[in-house]
Amino acid sequence: MIIVQNLSKFFQQTAAVKNVSFEVKQGETLVLLGTSGSGKTTTLRMINRLIEPSSGEVFINGQNALALPAEVLRRSIGYVLQSNGLFPHYTVAENISIVPKLLGWEKNTIQARVRELLVELHLDPKDYSNRYPRELSGGQQQRVGLARALAANPPILLMDEPFGALDPVTRSSIRMEFLRLDELKRKTIVMVTHDIEEAFALGDQICLMDGGSIKQIGTPAELLFNPEGDFSRDFFGSERAVLEMKSLRITNIWPYLESAEPDSLKNSGQADKDETLWMVLQRLSAGGPQRLLVRKDNEAKTISLEIIFRSLKQLKGIVA
Amino acid sequence: MNEQQSLWQFFLLHWDKILDQTITHIGLTFISLLLAVIIGTPIAILIARRRNLATAVLGVAAIMQTIPSVALLGFMIPLFGIGTVPAIVVLFFYALLPIIRNTFTGITGIDEAIRDAAKGMGMTDKQILFKVEIPLAMPVILAGIRTATVINVGVATLAAYIAGGGLGEFIFGGIALNNTNMILAGAIPAALLAITFDFLLGKIQKQKPEGTGKAMLVLPIAVLLLSGFYIIPSAGTNLLAGFEPEFMGRSDGYLGLKSRYNLNISSVVINDAVMYEALYENKLDVIGGYSTDGRLKAYDLVTLKDDKTIFPPYFAAPLVRTDLLKEYPELEATLNLIAGKITDSAMTDLNYQTDILKRTPELVAREFLKAKGLYKRPQNGNKATIRIGCKIFGEQYILTEIYRMLIEGNTAFSVETKTGLGGTKICFDALTNNQIDLYPEYTGTGFLVILQPPTSVVDSIISDPDEVFRYVQTEFSSKYGLTWLKPMGFNNTYALMMRQQDASALQLKTITDLKNYIDKND
Repeated sequence: MIIVQNLSKFFQQTAAVKNVSFEVKQGETLVLLGTSGSGKTTTLRMINRLIEPSSGEVFINGQNALALPAEVLRRSIGYVLQSNGLFPHYTVAENISIVPKLLGWEKNTIQARVRELLVELHLDPKDYSNRYPRELSGGQQQRVGLARALAANPPILLMDEPFGALDPVTRSSIRMEFLRLDELKRKTIVMVTHDIEEAFALGDQICLMDGGSIKQIGTPAELLFNPEGDFSRDFFGSERAVLEMKSLRITNIWPYLESAEPDSLKNSGQADKDETLWMVLQRLSAGGPQRLLVRKDNEAKTISLEIIFRSLKQLKGIVA
Repeated sequence: MNEQQSLWQFFLLHWDKILDQTITHIGLTFISLLLAVIIGTPIAILIARRRNLATAVLGVAAIMQTIPSVALLGFMIPLFGIGTVPAIVVLFFYALLPIIRNTFTGITGIDEAIRDAAKGMGMTDKQILFKVEIPLAMPVILAGIRTATVINVGVATLAAYIAGGGLGEFIFGGIALNNTNMILAGAIPAALLAITFDFLLGKIQKQKPEGTGKAMLVLPIAVLLLSGFYIIPSAGTNLLAGFEPEFMGRSDGYLGLKSRYNLNISSVVINDAVMYEALYENKLDVIGGYSTDGRLKAYDLVTLKDDKTIFPPYFAAPLVRTDLLKEYPELEATLNLIAGKITDSAMTDLNYQTDILKRTPELVAREFLKAKGLYKRPQNGNKATIRIGCKIFGEQYILTEIYRMLIEGNTAFSVETKTGLGGTKICFDALTNNQIDLYPEYTGTGFLVILQPPTSVVDSIISDPDEVFRYVQTEFSSKYGLTWLKPMGFNNTYALMMRQQDASALQLKTITDLKNYIDKND
């Protein structure tokens, strides 16, 4: 869906982005992760040509993005900004209608689409359509910002720190909301963040950047258990343990679990095979049962704190 | 104009003129404003896009703003002559800075994220400008237009200096004539205009950003309509006269020309500083000037004989506080040294040297005194300080210097000169309020402008210089405690002037000749 090849950007003599290449498949989310100055935002903005690349190529659906008129290209790509960028002189409905209007949609179609999006994002159309952005909370503004990006049904969404301006509580609740949104599940998304937890929560692939170039690109688990180079190894720092727990699911450590008779732990708790180790850990630490029963296919196994730690140790030993 | 009428009477009597001037004033204000918006806004948009130009452009606009308006008017005369065009150009320059600066600030002040979002959604540059930048900057742009409007209402009064019309005609006429009602007849409408426009524009500006759509429509239409108020007066085929504001309102000026001579010449109001040059450059055909002005000589002008004596004698003499003369009798003797020593032609020549040859009044005064054998080195005494005032024109500066040199050379007094005190009213008020001790005044001015005697008195003695002198001497002494010392000799009276060439070609020698010529060609 999106192919980026050898993309570079020089500002005067300094390279902001050096030779970046990646591919995002349809329906996947790629997170560009890095500290400020790592070149992640510049990379994102080169995809919709808010910044023109110095060299390299971008293909969208097999089409050379640099060959299209920039405005036409941008109208086919949803764009969500950290500070939402809503037009203060437009109502919520007018803000959402911007791109459909630019594309020359029928008035009725636009109205229907606006209503649909507002409902989807839990903003009552009757109440919110005619409000101005300043009359909304930060979380509501961000939702309108997302609705505006989705309005014209673009297959691709670019998100630049979309939750960056929100307080931590709003941030995680809106993130959960986004994750559940059907419309977003179908989109091909490139998202910029400096928040590691967010990257792991949302990314199918994480592209770790530093000093303008890619340090490692891969699934969250690959980044954790198979770091390439010192930067990748050190990047997660003190959060590593938690991230590992959060990125591994019970199925990932299935071989290390102890077999059990399906009936033997009737009275103890059960866990789902797709639960993350972090969730299991939290349940086991809460002071309830010491072991949980897990079923996979026709097999039944048990999991305990001890088993989790042992399997992690072995897993890292093997992979590393 | 025998007695000061009440303000209300003045308004009733002159309402047509006030209305006329107000309409001209509004027109001047808004034509220049319109030009400034048409030219300033694109400039501001340009410098908002290319920030490296911003400092230079805003700097130049700011410099224009710091040039005193009268000076800016002066610069415009060689380029655009007199009348409406230079006035509009000056007002345009004054309106330019607030409009450019506010539009620039408004556009650059927009949150970068909004512009980024607009671009990211695929809006073109033009769409971003008209749908995002201008609407969002509109309150700030309107504030600039509001500022410019109020500035222009004020500065437009100065248009009267260069025959541009407007409420300045009454204001400057009133100041020159010591006629408070006339000043107010110009000042009150001007103030009302400023307050009204400020209020209305404030209303539009205070609308919520989302409401500016309407304002964007209303405003240009209103400005266009108001600009239309100004119909540039077309120059007739006949002779055109230029009179300074003071002349327009005096019975020994324009009013006398009308009543005594029945002279019906189309005229414009213009400042004395540019009047002679305008005549010389064929922008005007007749002016009411001063008979000792140096430019008479420089521009080869002739005066028309006042065959029905409407212009009273204007013999210059020191007007001094009587208290001071009693305290220091030697002062009177000293100032009398110059009595009768300066003839008309001598004064014209002195004025010529300062006004045209640009020599300093001090130098010209010293040379003159040396030639007359009256110059003495200053004694540098400090017995007391004598404060000499002076109106704001060349001849007064020379006379002030002459007084100073005489006092410093012949007495132990030191002298402080307070030059450029504006017109008669300001000098006279300064003298009666004991802010100055003396200034050179003209008998006719004292008689008609300050004393304003009844018509019967004016008619009976106006043609006799000695009678007029005796009258002012007595009246000033009893009414104000001021003393007229002996006149210096010359008579700087009003006179109608024409180019030498025209006067001889048309065979005009007297004002009656001029009247007959105009009536014949009307």
